[in-house]
Amino acid sequence: MDTPASNAPNEAPAIGLRAIEKWFGDRAHPVHALAPTDLDVPAGELLVLLGPSGCGKTTMLRMMGGLLEPTAGELTIEDQALWNGGERQGEALSELGMVFQDANLFPWLTIEENIALPLELKGVGKAQRLARARELTKLVGISGFEKRWPKELSGGMRQRAAIARALSYDPKILLMDEPFGALDAMTRDQMNLELQRIWQATKKTIVLVTHSISEAVFLADRIVLLSPRPGRIDTIVDVPMARPRSLDVQATPEFQTIARTLRHRLNEIS
Amino acid sequence: MTDKTLPPATPPAHFGASKGLTRETALPWITTPLLLIVILATWHFYVRGTGISSFILPAPSAVWDSWMDMLSSSRAWRHTWTTVYVTLMGFGWALVIGVSLGVVLGRTRWLELTLNPFIVATQVIPKVALLPLFVVWFGFGATSKIIVAAVLAFFPILTNTVLGVKSVDAGHRDVMTSLNATRWQIFRRLELPSSLPYILTGMEIGIVLAIIGAIVGEYLGGNAGLGFMLVSKMNGYETDGLFAVIIQMTLLGFIFYFATGALRRFAIPWHQSVDIK
Repeated sequence: MDTPASNAPNEAPAIGLRAIEKWFGDRAHPVHALAPTDLDVPAGELLVLLGPSGCGKTTMLRMMGGLLEPTAGELTIEDQALWNGGERQGEALSELGMVFQDANLFPWLTIEENIALPLELKGVGKAQRLARARELTKLVGISGFEKRWPKELSGGMRQRAAIARALSYDPKILLMDEPFGALDAMTRDQMNLELQRIWQATKKTIVLVTHSISEAVFLADRIVLLSPRPGRIDTIVDVPMARPRSLDVQATPEFQTIARTLRHRLNEIS
Repeated sequence: MTDKTLPPATPPAHFGASKGLTRETALPWITTPLLLIVILATWHFYVRGTGISSFILPAPSAVWDSWMDMLSSSRAWRHTWTTVYVTLMGFGWALVIGVSLGVVLGRTRWLELTLNPFIVATQVIPKVALLPLFVVWFGFGATSKIIVAAVLAFFPILTNTVLGVKSVDAGHRDVMTSLNATRWQIFRRLELPSSLPYILTGMEIGIVLAIIGAIVGEYLGGNAGLGFMLVSKMNGYETDGLFAVIIQMTLLGFIFYFATGALRRFAIPWHQSVDIK
């Protein structure tokens, strides 16, 4: 769990990237998806990866989540190596929860069974894991829908369930790959507010990928702007606005200055 | 925006009243039996009008009487149960082997490529032509017919299972991978339930083919089953009895087909194919 000293400067970062690099394709047709990259994500931070398509932001996130093996470099989760000789390390993985653009709920499981699935895989007893699922539906705001099928829920509610599933085994880190990209604008704003609330309530470290500038500025402590061909870090922007932020923050000069700077830079690099 | 609360409202009178029995759903309850009556009447008057020999085409009433006789004869029921037994045994074997092999082939590309020519070969052989061979090997008893039924039902179950395992959603796989699931967990919790709609489709086709296999098997050898009964009615020039056996077979087919359909509602209530029906 979170410790009061989590902001101490000498503490190991929640996620550490050392010269992480990714190539796709083969020797004849290599594609440089991510140039060697260094990045530290301190514990408790909400970091946003922002960039045009093809900038390697999803590649970077999938490597952090253990779904893609880096071609070179070293990746640490809570000070433990994630990859070791081509094998993912279970200890490091259990500190990670992933949320994807699609909720990816299993349609043959009810909402509570979906949320409890990670616990089931870890061998937690039924009563205990369903109790945890109920606790989480309350946290993400879908209590009362435990026994429903995923197809009976709206897109926003399904994504809430997906967040609950990622939180079920209480990982320290949440990795989110354009989690609200498939939602309509109004639901998306609502989900941004909810995510901020959940983040403040659970004190997780969050890395979130998006291509929406306003989503990035609204949510982030820091924004990492990536540029394409090959993917690399272009600039890192601090967002020092107070929390909790309301949707009205988007009308403030501070918000608009950061958003404008990002938009100009994005136009230059893409 | 106003903050006024609306008075409690009731929906208009026509709302929801006709749900369940609209013209589209109610009409077939009349038109389907009507069509059946028209067919039977045409048959009846054709036989009456032309005076056609009852060897060629018996009147519907004669067929009905013959079928009623059949239903009250214990010998006919014994033959029916033989066919049911052969069909279900053949189908059962096809299901067990088809699903287990399909799951393995769906996950193992090299094995699929290796076995594919052989599997296709077993399909392009007219399987009924293998029956004499099975009779030579296993005799005139139930075994040779069970094998024919199984061989016929096997292929759609296998191909649908392979398709199901291959169609597992990539995003769902990502979820299991990020959760560090074991291969067994991926099979048990993802691949199997995800393929179930496909397997059930294979079963719906397979059960019908199993009946065909059983009956054709009974034609050719042995002294039991509806297929055998059909042949003996033919040899005895009992055309009305022939029709009665055909009715019995058709009913059997209906029961098996709808049983697998009911299985779909029971086994995969979450799937969209359940809503459509």
